[in-house]
Amino acid sequence: MSDPILTVTGLKKTFDLSQPFLTRLTQGGGRKYVHAVDGVDFTIPRGTTLSLVGESGCGKSTVAKLLMGLTQPSAGSIRFDGHELAGTRAGQPPAVRRRMQMIFQDPYASLNPRWRVARIIGEPMKSFGTHPDPVARRREVDRLLEFVGLSAADGEKFPHEFSGGQRQRISIARAISTKPEFLVCDEPTSALDVSVQAQILNLMRELQRELGLTYLFISHDLAVVNYISDQIGVMYLGRLVELAPADRIFAAPQHPYTRLLLDTVPDITMAHRDMDRPAGEVPNPITPPSGCHFHPRCPLANDRCRSEAPAFRTRGDSHVRCHAVEEGRTDPMPLRKAG
Amino acid sequence: MTLLTVENLTVAFPGRHGTVNAIEDVSLSISPGEILGMVGESGAGKSMTGAAIIGLIEPPGRIAAGEIRLEGQRIDTLRPDEMRRIRGRRIGAIFQDPLTSLNPVLTVGEQLIETIQTHLKLPKDEARARAIDWLRRVGIPAPEARIDTYPHQYSGGMRQRVVIALALCAEPCLVIADEPTTALDVSVQAQIIALLRKLARETGVAVILVTHDMGVIAETADRVAVMYAGRIVEVGSVTEVLTAPRHPYTRGLMASIPRIGARPDVLPQIEGAMPRPHARPAGCAFAPRCPARIDICSQTRPDLTGHATRSVACHLSKEVPA
Amino acid sequence: MTDTTQPNTTPSALARLWNSDLAWNFRRSWTARISSLLILILFAAALFAPLLATQNPYDISQLFLLDSELPPAWIEGGDPRYLLGTDEQARDLYSSILYGLRLSLIVGFASVALAAVVGISLGLIGGFLGGMVDGAIMRVADILLSFPAILVALLVNGIARGVLPPERHADAAIWVLILAIGLTNWVQYARTVRGSTMVERQKEYVQAARINGVSGMGIMMHHILPNVLGPVLVIATINLGMAVLTEASLSFLGVGMPATQPSLGTLIRIGNEYLFSGIWWVVIFPSVVLVALVLAVNLLGDWLRDALNPKLR
Repeated sequence: MSDPILTVTGLKKTFDLSQPFLTRLTQGGGRKYVHAVDGVDFTIPRGTTLSLVGESGCGKSTVAKLLMGLTQPSAGSIRFDGHELAGTRAGQPPAVRRRMQMIFQDPYASLNPRWRVARIIGEPMKSFGTHPDPVARRREVDRLLEFVGLSAADGEKFPHEFSGGQRQRISIARAISTKPEFLVCDEPTSALDVSVQAQILNLMRELQRELGLTYLFISHDLAVVNYISDQIGVMYLGRLVELAPADRIFAAPQHPYTRLLLDTVPDITMAHRDMDRPAGEVPNPITPPSGCHFHPRCPLANDRCRSEAPAFRTRGDSHVRCHAVEEGRTDPMPLRKAG
Repeated sequence: MTLLTVENLTVAFPGRHGTVNAIEDVSLSISPGEILGMVGESGAGKSMTGAAIIGLIEPPGRIAAGEIRLEGQRIDTLRPDEMRRIRGRRIGAIFQDPLTSLNPVLTVGEQLIETIQTHLKLPKDEARARAIDWLRRVGIPAPEARIDTYPHQYSGGMRQRVVIALALCAEPCLVIADEPTTALDVSVQAQIIALLRKLARETGVAVILVTHDMGVIAETADRVAVMYAGRIVEVGSVTEVLTAPRHPYTRGLMASIPRIGARPDVLPQIEGAMPRPHARPAGCAFAPRCPARIDICSQTRPDLTGHATRSVACHLSKEVPA
Repeated sequence: MTDTTQPNTTPSALARLWNSDLAWNFRRSWTARISSLLILILFAAALFAPLLATQNPYDISQLFLLDSELPPAWIEGGDPRYLLGTDEQARDLYSSILYGLRLSLIVGFASVALAAVVGISLGLIGGFLGGMVDGAIMRVADILLSFPAILVALLVNGIARGVLPPERHADAAIWVLILAIGLTNWVQYARTVRGSTMVERQKEYVQAARINGVSGMGIMMHHILPNVLGPVLVIATINLGMAVLTEASLSFLGVGMPATQPSLGTLIRIGNEYLFSGIWWVVIFPSVVLVALVLAVNLLGDWLRDALNPKLR
């Protein structure tokens, strides 16, 4: 196992959604907070991929923004190759941030519609100063375009002339232009059609092998995550509930929420399972359930679960946040059928 | 006895660069109580087909050829007011975004009761009782209390359940569901498609389920039609099409979907991209990307050949076993 | 693993414009073409006024008082030298209209430019920075909007007259007008740009720029500004008509261009006083030109708004 390139400890982000002071004064009601990220710990070894999965409101996108400095943590530490990043803004300090890049979900909003593609791809190189000479920069842009499967001539075009998959390739070219070591990928294939998704996932795997990249991959799609990850972290309402190697998580999921997710993913092997069990929905993040957030939907919930939030316990290379697992109340899940 | 037949349907959009056919020569049929899935990428024409059936093609788009028959009666040539009567009473619709499908200023009960009264002509109190019953059937807890609440007081999954109730309460014979689960969380998605399947069985309504998600089709549909570049390229039962696809596109699609439990080194992929409607090549639209293409594929477009329960549009697959 | 698009030719910006949907729409629209033609004619007339006019109406030495109040040339009593007649100071009306048009257009364009620059800047800054800066800018805008434009212009005018010595009034009149009209009209630009800025600020390409260390100023100027300028063009076009009308109103009220350098509005004011003594031509002809200009500009602005609206395509 290689050395960790990124270590996140006790990461928290709380949003204040309270009404303005005067409104609270006249209409009553206290302050409202959302604990979008509520104490997250993980480590990513160099050259591997950690995926964060979860449904809406789980905080995975917020974690991405915190890592890149787009928003500031309320507490906790983010160490990238020994440099502490908590408290620094996006792009600062340049020497460190040049080594981290991001790919976004929406291929239509992640490229400036008024800029030509060559300028878009060249922007990080210009602003981080890796290729100050415009001619050399343009040559590098051409090389990157070919590298991601487009052609150098495409640099003169505008984003709207490309399909969704091609735009994601352009985003990828922009992201690797400064030769980063770490890439945060926020649902990069969720907005793409299935046949294009495979192309982009293959491209990303190939880049990882060739360039030695480390990925933090965010997704809601368990199957996609299965293909690309070494480690998988499952998030629920701001907390990491399970973190384990990819093959372990799907073969033997421990946390009841992970099991629920695996159970409910529509399966093309046509399991035709009875899925209309009262499995509930993700509660409102502003008023999360007490104790363990998952207890209203959990078949194994007991009084302790309702009052006391479980701790993140380690067993081998897996981590689980669940009282039932601690107390040994879970039964082993039958192995999922292979595809 | 088929409930709905669509024959050689073409929807055209006249534009600046000439007329573009969003869908061409689409034929399908659906029997009562059946769930037909329509699957394909965005732009393949599946939503357009659904919109054509329910009569919601926006001008300047129009039905340029073909016919649509509901229970033997042609509905594509009806006047707008006649079509409005059919819509809602005999054909229901479920759209992708539950937030915009419901009127935010009316309570859930008011919307249900209005629909029931308009189409079933029942007195107010009976309509209300039916509405409460529908809310219970779609799994809304404490329906007597919740009938007078507003859509924004519901969660996403609950709202979609209300939308399903709204679509079914006028007792239509056919429901078009256009990406009903795409905007929902994964765990809710499963509940909604299970609900849809259960209600379809109970009420005997036929469902056309339009989606890009093969997994949803696998769990819900009986038959599936695969669309590519405005045409249907393969039709058959879900088991047959998903486990033994005959069209190279379907094969490529099934292979490229990542699965839990399998971790290939490289995910099989289809090269290139689906052509846009104004840039479709001559011959088979899939030929430029097809690993198995032969000369005739780029010259002549293959027709959908086979029989009612299994057909493919591919030169390489002429013989289709019965 | 290539995924290439068609072999490219990189068309120039002009070629792209000619082939664009906008140009095609233009070629198809009668109102667009006719109003553009009219505007072009009026612009050319104003631009070449010294060449097209038969006299310089501001030069008193060219006026013959005996020729005052002559009717248009085709009416009995008219003089072919004065095509549209003369006013009470013996100024040739045709020439006065040309020069007056020129003044009206200068004031119109300059005030629109001022309003646009001020409005776009404040809108960008407020939308991008948010918080108290945005609040302050928007409160000023709200206050300004609650005043009728003419009153604000009168206020600015009054202040200028109080500040400047009397002999400078006539020279400064045009600048005071531009300032007054410009300061009234910036609010619409600011509001539109602010709204668009707030939308664009959330988009991922802005986040990508932030990640790449681009400064706030850089993001505003190079990323957001090009994307929020679309609606501004429509507003500016329609605003031009309004600015010309406001200038005419101010001049009509006596606080705009002085009688020695009449704009179209001043001419109408002068003519108005003589209307009931039967000298109708001094009012009618400048009014017709003013209406034609404003109408053409408004029609073009309307067409532009519909043509640029992606939802209507």
